[in-house]
Amino acid sequence: MNTEIFGVVATFIITVLLAIPLGRYIGKVYSGDKTWLDPIINPIDKLFYKAGGINPTKEMTWQQNLVALLVINLVWFLLSMLVLMNMSWLPLNPDSNPSMSADLAFNTTISFVSNTNLQHYSGESGVSYLGQLLLMFFQFVSAGAGMAACAVVFKAMKEKNSDKLGNFYVYFIKSCTRVLLPISAVIAIVLLFNGTPMTFQGKDQFISLQGDTVNVSRGPAAAMVAIKQIGTNGGGYFGVNSAHPLENPNYVTNMMENICIILIPIAMIFALGYIIKRKRFAWMIFGVMTIGFLLLVIPSIYQEMKGSNAIHKMGLVQKLGSMEGKEVRFGPAASAYWGITTTVTSNGSVNAMHDSFTPLTGMFAMLGMMINSFYGGVGVGFLNFYIFIIIAVFISGLMVGRTPEFLGKKIEAKEMKIAAIIALLHPFLILVGTAIASHLYAQNPTAYAAWLNNPGSHGFGEMLYEFTSSSANNGSGFEGLGDNTPFWNIACGLVMVMGRFLPIIGPVAIAGILAKKKYVPESAGTLKTDTSTFAIMIFAVIFIIAALSFFPALALGPLAEYFGMR
Amino acid sequence: MKQHILPALKLTFISIIVLAGIYTIAIWVVAQVGPNHGIGETVSVNNKVVGYKLEGQNFTADNYFNSRPSAAGYNAAGSSGSNKGPSNPEYLKQVQDRVDTFLVHNPSIKKEAIPAELVTASGSGLDPDLSAEAAMVQVARISKARNISEDKLNTLVVQQTQKPLLGLFGTEKINILQLNIALDKLK
Repeated sequence: MNTEIFGVVATFIITVLLAIPLGRYIGKVYSGDKTWLDPIINPIDKLFYKAGGINPTKEMTWQQNLVALLVINLVWFLLSMLVLMNMSWLPLNPDSNPSMSADLAFNTTISFVSNTNLQHYSGESGVSYLGQLLLMFFQFVSAGAGMAACAVVFKAMKEKNSDKLGNFYVYFIKSCTRVLLPISAVIAIVLLFNGTPMTFQGKDQFISLQGDTVNVSRGPAAAMVAIKQIGTNGGGYFGVNSAHPLENPNYVTNMMENICIILIPIAMIFALGYIIKRKRFAWMIFGVMTIGFLLLVIPSIYQEMKGSNAIHKMGLVQKLGSMEGKEVRFGPAASAYWGITTTVTSNGSVNAMHDSFTPLTGMFAMLGMMINSFYGGVGVGFLNFYIFIIIAVFISGLMVGRTPEFLGKKIEAKEMKIAAIIALLHPFLILVGTAIASHLYAQNPTAYAAWLNNPGSHGFGEMLYEFTSSSANNGSGFEGLGDNTPFWNIACGLVMVMGRFLPIIGPVAIAGILAKKKYVPESAGTLKTDTSTFAIMIFAVIFIIAALSFFPALALGPLAEYFGMR
Repeated sequence: MKQHILPALKLTFISIIVLAGIYTIAIWVVAQVGPNHGIGETVSVNNKVVGYKLEGQNFTADNYFNSRPSAAGYNAAGSSGSNKGPSNPEYLKQVQDRVDTFLVHNPSIKKEAIPAELVTASGSGLDPDLSAEAAMVQVARISKARNISEDKLNTLVVQQTQKPLLGLFGTEKINILQLNIALDKLK
């Protein structure tokens, strides 16, 4: 039992120890400083600039950067729809898997372009190898686009008075070639040598020891699993994601994949510290995020290791803990730790079935996504946190009766309006979506009987989780939900698209507007943003806005289930 | 907006070549020197493939160590968990039924000795492992079915138990396929 705890503690410590130097490296990459990978990657970047017809020295305003981001995403959307709806007759389809229906292709496309990786299909039977490689391509570029948006905000925070905020294309290319690609290659090779397949051969067949004929799905999985984790994508190669023995063969790969889930999100904070030359500020943010993360992860591990109340009442031994939906090679501690790391970041890969978690763990997973900025997704996690910083600065400013300032820039009505809209958008999308779905179900439970795999409050939790996961661009699910229907495909698709792009546009706009404002030097009356007092302030803002607005919904779902089981 | 369309198209094209093409091929090339050329490692008995090294398979007979319940029926081309919520009455009845079935097949075992993992479904439906307790609790039945002494079987289970990583991190486990292959060899 103790070895399980050691396992997760070691995983977290290794993650932080790797994230600090990686953050400095990312900071150097975005600042254009020299790094040791330059001799290899400079020529590759030049190839990208040349082929793309991009002038890397031309800086753009925040509006131009956003338009560049949106246009390239539109191109990806069209490309993906085209391939997913035609893959049955396209090459690389040894298992003769079908093309997707229009609504499923719409959902899957948005899901992968928006870095969500919600999957309403199953990898073994729902996509061809070409489809898998296309989705893997989106796992690179959606992560790269998110990081690029974050880099624009970093640049804006650094500027004293300018409207030139770097070049989206350059940030995007550098994120892909200098961060995502090299790390993915290393991870993919380690996975390969631990037994994850990397082949273009189709299904295999054998006769088991007991005499059953068994078909085995294979494919180019190692390459995809690597970027799935490092890019906070989470879309698995196989249906059950990293619970699958081929996708996550043993405890070593489990630790490695789990480290990758939160590695870049943590590193981005230290990158910020490097770029704006405020290390204390970065540590303050890291502190707030880490305390929030620990508050979610510790009780979850405790709950899963303690086991399920209902199973206990049956008189069974739960020496390991709650094991429904979990794998013996990981155990409950590593499964709960993964469950929370994957939901506080917008990763969404799973190594255990979240639908079968004990009620409170399921709730903490949902809370992670509802807050969506304790580390958060690659790039976008910090953007969400940035909104909370702006609100905290504003409220603190009002409390001491001064014009609120952040990094020497006055925060005024326009910025606050944007911040408030973005902060409220997330609860709005989740709660309205869940309300509509619940209404439909309650009106006609027989027509929608196939939606829910579980009755009562847990069934409500399945719907709440799905919208939370979509809006947070997470992609995990209470997978009992029968979600490959036009309603869920379209509703989740719309929520994902709004949940992705508005929280990118908002912070970039605020940062851009602030960068142009006159710089006010710090004085004795300036609110210090790198202190523990301010950290508590941010924490309070997050708690009030993000956590409390969801309390009624959580009370109807997991909390009701928890108290009902006691 | 117009001036961004052409770069977006070109950049997408070159990104596909590098990130989906060259990257994939490079990993595939490395796979050729990896375990079984990246097509998945198999386990053979008498030169016949009897399974994949990493994937669990169904064992239900009394004379084998039984594997954990699987929502996928150990279909390695369609992995799946049960996705049953912990309070679902239908699910709890299913677990109770598994307990009852187990007690019929293992009359010498008391309910309190059954580890929960043996009657709850795994995440992937392809769990290749058992816990040591889940193997030990089956020893009496197998001893009777195969006419092998319990001591010998206990030793086998201990031999097959894999310690946590470096003795420090994670769980103890037993690979069920290896365990049953070794069981078949036992005289």
